[in-house]
Amino acid sequence: MTVDLLYDWLNETIPFLSGNDLLLLFAILIPALMLFLVIAVNAIVLVYAERKVSAFMQDRVGPMGQGVGLHAGKWGMLQTIADALKLISKEDIIPKLADRKLFIMAPFIIFVGAFIAVIALPFGESLIVADMNIGIFYILAVSSFGVIGLILAGWSSNNKWSLYGGMRSAAQIISYEIPAGLSLVTVIMLTGTLSMQGIIQYQSGGIFDWIVFSSPFSFIAFIIYFIAGIAETNRTPFDIPEAESELVGGFHTEYSGMRWSFFFLSEYANMLVVNGVAVTAFLGGWQSPISGYFNTAGWGIFWFISKILVLVFVMMWVRWTFPRLRVDQLMDICWKYLLPIALMNIFGVGLWTLIFG
Amino acid sequence: MSELAFWLVAAITVVSAGMVVFSGQLIYSAIALLFTLLGVAGLYIFLWADFMAGIQVMVYIGGILVLIIFGIMLTHKIESVKISQTNVQRKIGAFVVAVFLLFLASSLGSAPWFQMVTTEPSETVSTVGKLLMTKYLLPFEVASILLLGSLIGAAMLSRKEG
Repeated sequence: MTVDLLYDWLNETIPFLSGNDLLLLFAILIPALMLFLVIAVNAIVLVYAERKVSAFMQDRVGPMGQGVGLHAGKWGMLQTIADALKLISKEDIIPKLADRKLFIMAPFIIFVGAFIAVIALPFGESLIVADMNIGIFYILAVSSFGVIGLILAGWSSNNKWSLYGGMRSAAQIISYEIPAGLSLVTVIMLTGTLSMQGIIQYQSGGIFDWIVFSSPFSFIAFIIYFIAGIAETNRTPFDIPEAESELVGGFHTEYSGMRWSFFFLSEYANMLVVNGVAVTAFLGGWQSPISGYFNTAGWGIFWFISKILVLVFVMMWVRWTFPRLRVDQLMDICWKYLLPIALMNIFGVGLWTLIFG
Repeated sequence: MSELAFWLVAAITVVSAGMVVFSGQLIYSAIALLFTLLGVAGLYIFLWADFMAGIQVMVYIGGILVLIIFGIMLTHKIESVKISQTNVQRKIGAFVVAVFLLFLASSLGSAPWFQMVTTEPSETVSTVGKLLMTKYLLPFEVASILLLGSLIGAAMLSRKEG
């Protein structure tokens, strides 16, 4: 684990403080700051990617350099950074009738919910902040934390569109947690461990040792998890919580400036988490697809991040391909289709391991 | 350091539990309950019960607390006055609490205590799983039948007639 390694290293390099609790504090704070940087860079890159992908899908060019005085970099690559600067310098507006304390608190709760989930993501063989005994279960558990922030944001804004958005997103996330959890149960049944690194170690070898290809049932589980993941990140076709044509902006209608950008940071951090779990559980994590090649620590980080980015691209592709679902259709898909399939799947994986395992 | 962390978590739990009881608005009580439940999950972690802590967060925060907040919001109209919660009969309550505290203090003083495990157990989840499937299989199955019954009951109640 990164924290232990850092602690040992700090103990060696600063001998007059060795054994001091201060060093442990540093060993915890440094990875935390690094993760914050990862989340920020992730949001900047993904916002740019989302704009470009959506533009190309609609036969546009997307953000470009805009002439001599207003240059946003080649191909508009500095556009997101300019947007971030704009958001930081914007006025912070709190509606007069809003519940002030909760209004201020809500973005932080959502961000904390996303942030504590990133802690358990294995970026490499030893590059994980906390390899917990209960890793994958921990991520599932803390992802329910952000829901409370969403409801609070919707409620405290004192605006009916916000309230509707908050309610819808809470109902949606809670419902889709169930098929997501059940599809991960199949993975846990195969690997016999909840630890993220343990699950990845189980899939060592080439591309055909990954869980997604190990049996037809685990492939179905991957598809179910991915659909539920799209719903949990509130993205189209499951974006009724912020359906622009009905609800203005959903739960973040009343937010502006830096507070608003915290919602976006956590939304993209959630995409990172959901796809990170999918990559860990089904696509071999930091393992190379070709057995024995490109398997060093540096390549591990490359594989993990590029697998995540492929899944993120599919999410964006889905977003610009499918129309938005209605509320009843959304619940139908979750409870009448995904849930029974996921339950049958658990049974199927059990049989499969009994016969072929 | 870990002692400091323990006292911090314990303080968060107790202070926010107090806020749940004494806050004037139901929604603030619910939010304070969030920190209480988180604090209890933290206490589980200090006892090396990481799986219990996960369950605590998932069931109580992700399920029950969200339901409570939903309930508060659905009964609250945006235009109307805010729902407040008041505590009545404080004197009798204080008396009952004092008697209970005395009882607790006397039993805490005389009870034989289990020693806390000081080293981290290598496997927590698999031990829990094995015990549930062997020694405690019957209570486990009874609990699941109870849950199944309540699920069917809820579906029956919410179903439209006809």
